[in-house]
Amino acid sequence: MVPISWYLILSAVLFSIGVAAFFIKRNIITVFMSIELMLNAVNLTFVGFAQQWHEVSGQIFVFFVMVVAAAEAAVGLAIIIAVFRARSTLNVDQIDLMKL
Amino acid sequence: METGLFTFLIVNLIKIVVVVVILLMAVAYTVLLERKLVGRIQNRWGPSRVGPFGLLQPLADGAKLFLKEDLMPFAVERPLYVLAPMIALGCALTSIAVIPFGANIQWHGVDLFQISDVSIGLLILLGITSVGVYGIALSGWSSNNKYSLLGALRASAQVISYELALGLALVGVVMRAGSLRLRDIVNVQTGHSLVAFLHWNFFGGFQFVAFFIYLMAAYAETNRAPFDLPEAESELTAGYHTEYSSMKFAMFFMAEYANMITVGCVATLLFFGGWTSPFGHFLSGSGPVSTAILSVFWFVAKVFFFLFLYIWVRGTLPRFRYDQLMGFGWTFLVPVAIANIVVTGLWMGLSLPAH
Amino acid sequence: MHLALFLIFGALCVAGALNLLLQRHPINSALSLIVVMSSLAVLYLLLGAEFLAAAQVIVYSGAIMVLFTFVIMLLNAGREERTRGSKMAYVIGFPGAAVLLALLADIFITHSGEFHRVHAGEYVVSTAALSGVLFRDLLLPFEVTSILILIAILGAVALARKEH
Repeated sequence: MVPISWYLILSAVLFSIGVAAFFIKRNIITVFMSIELMLNAVNLTFVGFAQQWHEVSGQIFVFFVMVVAAAEAAVGLAIIIAVFRARSTLNVDQIDLMKL
Repeated sequence: METGLFTFLIVNLIKIVVVVVILLMAVAYTVLLERKLVGRIQNRWGPSRVGPFGLLQPLADGAKLFLKEDLMPFAVERPLYVLAPMIALGCALTSIAVIPFGANIQWHGVDLFQISDVSIGLLILLGITSVGVYGIALSGWSSNNKYSLLGALRASAQVISYELALGLALVGVVMRAGSLRLRDIVNVQTGHSLVAFLHWNFFGGFQFVAFFIYLMAAYAETNRAPFDLPEAESELTAGYHTEYSSMKFAMFFMAEYANMITVGCVATLLFFGGWTSPFGHFLSGSGPVSTAILSVFWFVAKVFFFLFLYIWVRGTLPRFRYDQLMGFGWTFLVPVAIANIVVTGLWMGLSLPAH
Repeated sequence: MHLALFLIFGALCVAGALNLLLQRHPINSALSLIVVMSSLAVLYLLLGAEFLAAAQVIVYSGAIMVLFTFVIMLLNAGREERTRGSKMAYVIGFPGAAVLLALLADIFITHSGEFHRVHAGEYVVSTAALSGVLFRDLLLPFEVTSILILIAILGAVALARKEH
């Protein structure tokens, strides 16, 4: 007996924490993890709306988001390993050579 | 739900306690079985002093591990070091919750031989197995010891790689059953003639390729010989649990054997007809009581066979080298598993009448 | 029952997410993210998405986060240090997130009358129904994702390979 809006607010809270972590964290792996947190929050919204409209397509969206997140994690972590080899640091403030 | 929430909780709690106690006893005696069998393979007796035929050895081992000093090494990451064995054992024990170990016999609306009959049982088993790797990974990392860390890195890479082959091997079985519920998968394999074992997925479904892939991948998942590189004692002292002692070590030990039992249960359910008799109505019971006893008997007998196989393989085969292990998983098991899916799909598509 | 489960696992989600934000060591952050993801799986079950709940545990908790912990262990990532740049991040990060949260919450609360109440088990999407849609109506997108994954594998191998 829980209103769907509660689920949506929960996902908004998770998404905002993800945004805050994305800005605040300095370790590139943790920054990447906060992106995953935001994706998860959005997935919760999709599942909530699938329940609201009794539609399967909301859940299909989540399925595709999971696939893309898996691909993204593989490539992203490979990039992180390459960056660590080249710079031997994981701090995003020290990997800013492209900044003006 | 006819029964109230309170009775529901009480009944399930009782079931869980009974099943976990039986499982832990089974784990203790699997250890004894392994020591006895490996002893015989190596032409010696195995434990034989404590009790008749060494049958009380597990109790003595338990008492010893329980009374040992619980060392807490100085340089470990404390919370994770304590948490890791709990994750390993917790995941190993949780997976028994969805396994049906007897015929579907209801007593006052309570399923006697299964804790919970869920419609995604097989997926839940895969999920719990995949979470179990954290126990090993965290124990190695938090021990702050290079052998532990190497063992943990090997274990995580190995488990991620072989999980793929394991999951793909099960797809053929799921396609044949059209369901992820473990009881449905067993019901597809039941026959009534005297040669009912020909209906098993292993024979009738032509899934024996899938079975061998599953078996090899599961040996790698449970870190057992010949894939026991994460705890290879000649290379890494003891791998991820080098720093563990007393009850924490015992928890890893119990988790390993509980996982072995789970793998045996899953192989029995998916490929060998679960609790059904291999000879149709012969020896499958007529009344509810005899059906219950005989179905549990067949299930336990089949699981026992797989445990025996585990120990036999351990006593026979040498360990893989690490690059061989990875190459075997990625370039042999995964392609064969995919080919098995394609062949099963074609066979089903051609043999079933079109809608 | 439903309400109790929602409150327990919702609180676990929020606590895990906050812990991810507050912990300094990446491996603790990774573990709190695993807690968030596993609790989300339970919430998916409550919302009648049983296949997604299992997929969430298998794909996110069991595969993606194992990769993360693997990389953290491999690179031996230590505690993150504070730099001059991180002060700016605090100034932008917290107010920005708070504004976003206020905006979203306001929208959801003003429209809350239009939403259903969930009864457990009222609308459950079975795995068969989900795969029916996926493999009949959306076959092309599904196949395209396989190409995406193939490219991702190639990219990951090319990026992580040591140059000689």
